[in-house]
Amino acid sequence: MTHAALLVLADGRFPAGGHAHSGGAEAAVKAGRISCAADLEDFCRGRLHTAGLVAGALAAAAALGLDPRELDAAADARTPSPALRLAARRLGRQLLRAARASWPCPELDGIARSFPKGAHQPVVLGLAARAAGLGPAEAAYCALYESVSGPATATVRLLSLDPFDATGVLARLAPELDAVARTAVDAAGRAAAEGLQALPAASGPLLEIMAEAHASWPARLFAS
Amino acid sequence: MHLDHSHHGPAAVSADAHRPDGTRRALRIGLGGPVGSGKTATVAALCRQLRDELSLAVVTNDIYTREDAEFLLREAVLPPERITAVETGACPHTAIRDDISANLEAVEDLEETVGPLDLILVESGGDNLTATFSKGLVDAQIFVIDVAGGDDIPRKGGPGVTTADLLIVNKTDLAPYVGSDLARMAADAKAQRAELPVILQSLRGDSGVTEVAAWVRERLTAWTS
Repeated sequence: MTHAALLVLADGRFPAGGHAHSGGAEAAVKAGRISCAADLEDFCRGRLHTAGLVAGALAAAAALGLDPRELDAAADARTPSPALRLAARRLGRQLLRAARASWPCPELDGIARSFPKGAHQPVVLGLAARAAGLGPAEAAYCALYESVSGPATATVRLLSLDPFDATGVLARLAPELDAVARTAVDAAGRAAAEGLQALPAASGPLLEIMAEAHASWPARLFAS
Repeated sequence: MHLDHSHHGPAAVSADAHRPDGTRRALRIGLGGPVGSGKTATVAALCRQLRDELSLAVVTNDIYTREDAEFLLREAVLPPERITAVETGACPHTAIRDDISANLEAVEDLEETVGPLDLILVESGGDNLTATFSKGLVDAQIFVIDVAGGDDIPRKGGPGVTTADLLIVNKTDLAPYVGSDLARMAADAKAQRAELPVILQSLRGDSGVTEVAAWVRERLTAWTS
């Protein structure tokens, strides 16, 4: 295993389409729920323990080698908002392109054939981690970090928030991210032994509701 | 090509010049340049001029609305299924250069749904003078500036002005009203670009987009030969 591959996969510049998505931050900013770094921290904490945890467990399970089709269905079942399901599949397709170019292998080619319109991004992330020689823990870390770094970067653009404050938020969340990663990896291990119902199904209802509203805005900076 | 499509399914990297079935894919031409320089108007004029002889489609990269795509739809320059808008997350240059995945998806989907296509025009959102297209996304790029943006822009250079395969100096009809010196702009552009072509155009004039359309046809001939 190479640990350095994790840096490549987790790099914010990895060309997988994430830059056009705010992880719900744009809707939250417009609703007045994020207006400063402290709000951003609350928002990211909420995301980490809900959408982040689910994404982390799905990624870890995919990295363990669980059936991608079943994992994709499990992701669907855990994503009530059609707009978010669409965004997750688009991002999954874009990530798959970058992953196939970076770590070419028959398994990723097979996923491209099975999911021409994309599989859920966390599932693809786990498979990409696997192709890069990484394990379930690294896959979970990647998914969890993305779940908070996306909104943080977007908020810097949306509010002209001081970028040092936004980065400070991410740094302060790191110990919590460690804990959630352990939970996600444990759940993936149980899912391998007992079935996918062991995967967490935590949800942030406001994230889902706001995503639906956001998708209908006539003018917006981010795709989701 | 380094990928064997018959065994590996869809290509991973879309700079590949061939479709999965081995035929040559559509030529992709990017149009970039500052806000308001006339990129969308040039795309619309090109569509009107070329749509009867070529199978073409357009991808727009609006910054925060679907205005450009909607303008093209309203003007009915192409059927709606041939126009796709990509959302760029506040950074149009990222979507055309650093992370081209959403644009690649858009061009592939167009080829799949309305193809086979001869030509896809990829229009960038209005950006700065350093915004250029990735070679992984387009095969050639046009940079559009206009006389009202200041006649010193060609002299200042920058990646768009200096390296684009074609530089358009647009709205030449406005030159007398904004005090721009067309001869100076042409000479400065020539100095920056050596042998690379420059076209001075006014879409309100008689010849309109004809010269640019001829350049596009030349590129297409070279692409398919």
